[in-house]
Amino acid sequence: MEMPVPDQGVLDRKASIVARLEQILPGEAVISDPNETRAYECDALTAYRCQPLAVVLPATTEEVAACLKICHEEDVPVVPRGAGTSLAGGSLPTADSIIIGVSRMNAVLETDYDNRFIKVQTGRTNLSVTGAVEQNDFFYAPDPSSQLACAIAGNIAMNSGGAHCLKYGVTTNNLMGVRMVTMEGEIIDIGGAHLDAAVYDLLGVICGSEGQLGIVTEATLRILRKPEGARPVLLGFDRSEVAGACVADIIKAGVLPVAIEFMDRPCIRATEDFAHAGYPDVEALLIVEVEGSEAEIVEQLEKIKTIARRHDPAELRESASAEESAAIWKGRKAAFGAMGQINDYMCLDGTIPVSQLPLVLRRMEELSKEYGLDVANVFHAGDGNLHPLILFDANKPGDLETCEAMGADILKLCVEVGGCLTGEHGVGVEKRDLMLTQYNEGDLEAQMRIKDVFDPAWLLNPAKVFPLITTRTRREAA
Amino acid sequence: MKPTSEAELADAIRASAAKGTKLHIRGGGTRAGFGHGVTGQLVDTTGLKGVALYEPGALTIVAAVGTPLETIEKTLAKEGQRLPFEPMDHRALYGTNGKSTIGGVVAANVSGPRRIQAGACRDSLIGVRFVDGEGTVIKNGGRVMKNVTGYDLVKLMAGSHGTLGVLSEVAFKVLPMPEAGATVIVHGLDTIKACAAMSAALTAPYDVNGAAHLPSRANHPARTCIRVEGFEGSVTYRSGQLKDLLGRFGDVTIEAHQATAQKLWQHIRDAETVASGKGDVWRISVKPSDAPRLATTLGDDAQLQFDWGGGLVWACVPQGSNVRTAMNGIDGHATLIRSSEATASQLGVFQPEAAPLAKISAGLRARFDPHGILNPGRMG
Repeated sequence: MEMPVPDQGVLDRKASIVARLEQILPGEAVISDPNETRAYECDALTAYRCQPLAVVLPATTEEVAACLKICHEEDVPVVPRGAGTSLAGGSLPTADSIIIGVSRMNAVLETDYDNRFIKVQTGRTNLSVTGAVEQNDFFYAPDPSSQLACAIAGNIAMNSGGAHCLKYGVTTNNLMGVRMVTMEGEIIDIGGAHLDAAVYDLLGVICGSEGQLGIVTEATLRILRKPEGARPVLLGFDRSEVAGACVADIIKAGVLPVAIEFMDRPCIRATEDFAHAGYPDVEALLIVEVEGSEAEIVEQLEKIKTIARRHDPAELRESASAEESAAIWKGRKAAFGAMGQINDYMCLDGTIPVSQLPLVLRRMEELSKEYGLDVANVFHAGDGNLHPLILFDANKPGDLETCEAMGADILKLCVEVGGCLTGEHGVGVEKRDLMLTQYNEGDLEAQMRIKDVFDPAWLLNPAKVFPLITTRTRREAA
Repeated sequence: MKPTSEAELADAIRASAAKGTKLHIRGGGTRAGFGHGVTGQLVDTTGLKGVALYEPGALTIVAAVGTPLETIEKTLAKEGQRLPFEPMDHRALYGTNGKSTIGGVVAANVSGPRRIQAGACRDSLIGVRFVDGEGTVIKNGGRVMKNVTGYDLVKLMAGSHGTLGVLSEVAFKVLPMPEAGATVIVHGLDTIKACAAMSAALTAPYDVNGAAHLPSRANHPARTCIRVEGFEGSVTYRSGQLKDLLGRFGDVTIEAHQATAQKLWQHIRDAETVASGKGDVWRISVKPSDAPRLATTLGDDAQLQFDWGGGLVWACVPQGSNVRTAMNGIDGHATLIRSSEATASQLGVFQPEAAPLAKISAGLRARFDPHGILNPGRMG
């Protein structure tokens, strides 16, 4: 992975820069010993590592602002970090950068059930947002698989999704307002407990900007009342194409399940060995979940089962109890962990139009043979967000490179059929160099203009999102 | 000018940029009374029309911006689908004719009562193509509903009123049309009780997708309207539950007659209560529980209508009244939807932004429209 050459001047000034940061933050909040900064050398994309110059962990928005002011004055790149769970290298440091982590800022600031929002500091984990309101039967809808660990800050940066966003939308649809600090250290408020933008929709631009426009320290999030109940049905098919057709038919019929998850045979077998969820050994498996009162659940499941039967399923298993529901979800939730037990893998995140599913699955099989690496598929089928896992051996020379080349081919395929490179993980460094397959230079130029406005010196989260070749002029000018 | 292709539109804007010719961008003209008047050469977008792609199984539709909203809605209805955000029709409010275009809907981020549950226009918008102020064609987003590839200019374009670029094509996520619907009506509530009742409905697990209050007027007692939609059995169950839940606020009935209910929600969607008034019309977005306080400060001279559980307040006030002063410490924003040009220039159509945000907005405008030719003055 090509990264910009670190600024030698900044590296040379490390001691004085750290000293300035130590003046404004308590001692334990500034980490500059290389033995300790090692913990921050990568995020969940562990293939790429780089030690930052230093790490700061402020406790307040004002401290974040003070740190950014110093970094701005010193012309030091800043890498914002939530919980470090990015699969795209969204918080990969550069050697001359200061990491500003929000992990110590995890308080709930306001909970308002009547108006259906919660205001939190962004270091709070996704699941603990729901945790703060579930005693009153409310929840925060976006549910990325890493929700136990991932922070709201990162969710906002990457516009994270999850299994249930078919019905509830992704982060941007559930984010009402932010308090953000610009690179210059200015604190700004956008949105709030009311809906929609007064003028331009800046909130919509900030969400998904991968930490390149500012550091979001507080967020106002929409919370919803929990449905009375939820129940999954498990459907097994002998052919992936048939499973894909069944998904399209369910959607066309007007049933909108809260989730439609898909797993293929390699993934089913691996998770069975690991989680023993009792999945059938079929080519493709769907987990379809519906919500509502008992009568509503029955009504929707009847429709889904009728549609499924037309596709001659090898297995049709409706949950009859909370335990059975948990068992149905158990394998799906363990899928990534299970694959990790048996192999190194690279998780892709392309999205395709649902209608292209059969074609894309077939082409992936061909690519798998061509490259000699196995692929396991587990993904959100309702919205076409694929997560092919390419299995490789990190200890085998050349395997990672082969895997990356194959991953690039799969993502290009997603774009080719009308989809995109990333549905919910973000571009980060991982897909940066593929951006020109989806967008032309003019399209990227338009996006870079936004950064020019928010961060004219191009210091925030360097070398992410845009291919380095497209940003060179700006970086050299800044 | 009336371009019939994106390339023609781009050529026209490039030529105008070179000469500094200011452009007035217009779709169907149904919102012609909105915003500060624009003087410039007319760019009529209704020549850009047609549904480019519609895949019911993928819940996706893509269309050229000049396509009438009516065409989009009919196309979707044939497959039992619809736009999730229930765009309002501004013709009654502005006394305009013609056909609203899908591009106009996006440019003004037009949403209706279902915004409270299904999101605004910007939430369903998944892709745009547009031409910036230098004549460059730009695409962002695409035709899939989950897409975080690069910055989200889709949201930025929604509601930018043609000041950052002229849209040429828009893509939406759509939803199935429900099998049934019911409206639960609580009668005779004042604003405080109505907002409490709407909050009770919205915080119950019944997936309410409309919560509006029409205050009492001569001959019309107040009505607080709660809508649920879905499969028949589910609607019957949820409307029954809501009827029981809301009984403590007042007399409750269920409007089961579809045509009557539809007319009622159209009335709410199009803000007809205030549209028929003689004064200035404001659209105010607040925290729902602040709505009663706002109603009090606006006083008896104001004709009001509440949507989004109280979060959207429509007000028809005597000409020249400054609603933003009346907001006095209440967070949110007020947009002057209809007034004389004099009032618009005196009070400003849009809520003034805090200085740092105003600087960002100006920066965006300067970069997307460096010659200042796209609907100049409309938003500022």
